[in-house]
Amino acid sequence: MLSLIVILPFLSALLMALVYLSNTKTNRYFFYTAIGVGTPAISAILSLVVLFELIGGSDTIHNTLFEWISIGEFNISLAFMADKLSAIMISFITLIGTLIHIYAAGYMRDDESYGRFFAYFNLFMGSMLLLVLSDNPIMMFVGWELVGLSSYLLIGFYHHDSSNIKAANKAFILNRVGDFGFIMAISLLFVSLEGTGFTFDSIKANISMINPEMLSIIGLLLFVGAMGKSAQIPLYVWLPDAMAGPTPVSALIHAATMVTAGVYMVARYSFLYVEIPDIGLFIATIGAASALFAAVIASFQNDIKKILAYSTMSQLGYMFIAVGLGAYSSGIFHVFTHAFFKALLFMGAGAVIIALHHEQNIFKMGSLKERLPLVYITMFIATLAISGIPPFAGFFSKDAILITAFASGHYVIWAAASFTALLTAFYMFRLIFSVFHSDSHETKELHHLPKSMTLPLVFLAFGSATVGFLGVNEAYGGSSWFNNFLGLPDIQLHIPHATEYILGAFNVSLGLLGMWIAYKMFAKDAKDVYADTIFKTLAVNKFYIDELYELFILKPIVGLSWLIANTLDPKIFDRFINVNVWTYKKSAVIFSKLQNGKVRYYALYILVGVSAMSYYMLFKLGVVS
Amino acid sequence: MTPDMFFLLASILFSIGIVGLISRRNLFVIYMSIELMLSSINLLLATFSKVLDNPSGSVIALVMIAVIAAEAALFLAMIIHLYRENRTIDSDDFNHLREGA
Repeated sequence: MLSLIVILPFLSALLMALVYLSNTKTNRYFFYTAIGVGTPAISAILSLVVLFELIGGSDTIHNTLFEWISIGEFNISLAFMADKLSAIMISFITLIGTLIHIYAAGYMRDDESYGRFFAYFNLFMGSMLLLVLSDNPIMMFVGWELVGLSSYLLIGFYHHDSSNIKAANKAFILNRVGDFGFIMAISLLFVSLEGTGFTFDSIKANISMINPEMLSIIGLLLFVGAMGKSAQIPLYVWLPDAMAGPTPVSALIHAATMVTAGVYMVARYSFLYVEIPDIGLFIATIGAASALFAAVIASFQNDIKKILAYSTMSQLGYMFIAVGLGAYSSGIFHVFTHAFFKALLFMGAGAVIIALHHEQNIFKMGSLKERLPLVYITMFIATLAISGIPPFAGFFSKDAILITAFASGHYVIWAAASFTALLTAFYMFRLIFSVFHSDSHETKELHHLPKSMTLPLVFLAFGSATVGFLGVNEAYGGSSWFNNFLGLPDIQLHIPHATEYILGAFNVSLGLLGMWIAYKMFAKDAKDVYADTIFKTLAVNKFYIDELYELFILKPIVGLSWLIANTLDPKIFDRFINVNVWTYKKSAVIFSKLQNGKVRYYALYILVGVSAMSYYMLFKLGVVS
Repeated sequence: MTPDMFFLLASILFSIGIVGLISRRNLFVIYMSIELMLSSINLLLATFSKVLDNPSGSVIALVMIAVIAAEAALFLAMIIHLYRENRTIDSDDFNHLREGA
């Protein structure tokens, strides 16, 4: 059953790809919708069955399909493992994934490459499920790479435009940098384990045989992989550009698949990171920096999808603060709640974009409150959730992270995270107020939104409002069910309930403050940012990070390549080979003189040969000396 | 006369044959050089037969004379044929083995 969850999306992707390739012109809307949406739905049902089995108290489920590689001590099976962590992950991945698929069926309805889209989409789902369910690092790496590949395909889905291809390449190449870290880490891990088995279970059992320095290197390299996938400083620049893909793709990348892979991976290796708190602190620092940095940029953008992209990066920063400080369950809990409201935000944004005939600038929108009430209400709920207003989901997960940061005594991280919370509320309500409240003179007819695009919004709004209650901690009268269920090696921090209440109130007031500022600035009359101060210029231009990368990394590489192509290659390597060829050619001319076709010369050669042979024989016999 | 003289004679005849084969271009002269070499070998065989008191050497020499006669007929026919084809008996003109000729 476990293997079915993973295999079904791959099979349907293959089937749809074959059918699509057989005739790319035919419109098989019903077929693609049935297969493309049906398969994730089946996976979702199976995942829920697995989850409830685990909730019911059954042990970790293992499912081995076959042995893939067996070379000496190196044994890799195609095997799946559903422990509590991966069961939670696959449940919300497939559930939200299914909703996004339904939404995509409406969003992509008129696209001529509808079949290709759903083939990629199912491949994406399957890859993520493979990543999450694999029971050894190698299979996880395969899933990891497949996620990178399918995101590349989807970001470059509108491949007629070369800028989209550029964005896809950027995502792929930056992920490659991360993958390098990942593969180095698992190689080191394998070598250090000296062949005591290479599944997560056996690594966990034998982790003590690796010395701390080596563990630190492995942990750091693994995090480099996570940086790439989960868009953290410095490997985040692909995420905003990844908005080039269709909006459902962004929803899938940001909510269910891809970017959460990094957080999941750190949680999966929590047994390793527990041993190396220094690296954990580094992770948390990177997370805090990313969170703050992305929030600042998001506050100055005007493209609705870019704002959401930076907000994802910012929220991922929170997750890394949590897992870095050892609160793995809180990190995963934020992944879980974030999936709901971020999927909702992207799908709402997609609905707005479609309704306004592909307008993405929030300052050219406005007064949509009355005209798109359902989208407005659902997006408002998601915004409340992401801003950490109780009782919506984001409050509980974000609060847990902020409390962890405070309780662990890393006040700089805590301050950065709190300030980010303020900014989050600000830029999210800036978006909401600009799009839905502010006055607009635009009276163009709205594009019709099909039911398949609006219904998933309602489901997700319900989720965004309620899933937080799964993880209510003791201070708020809950039992931290979510954290206890996961059973990850969390750090134990004890702070008085009173402090928790103060922090909670502080966070809520930060959220409300951000909301109020946004209301003052944008609710009536939303204007685009004027780049009148240096800081604003920097922020509007995303701190010129892309340009800096281009100047300091891209340009030198291109220059070096040019140098090699124009000097090293032709002048040294080619010359060496050319000299060889020339020598052979010249000597061949000499030898070709011997073969002149005249019989008597050949007779002479035979004579010489026979004489030499005779002489040699005589010499050996001792007749001559 | 000692056998040495016969060996010397055979060697001289063979050497003359070799030199003729290599240095002359007339097909007839080449043919005659080959015959000369064959004869020197025959002489050698006969001499060894006498020295070792073993008649089989002489037998082979006789067989060879028969073979050489047959070969002579073949050879002359070939030369005539080549002459008819190319109107020349210069061996250097028959350089078809050379690449690109």
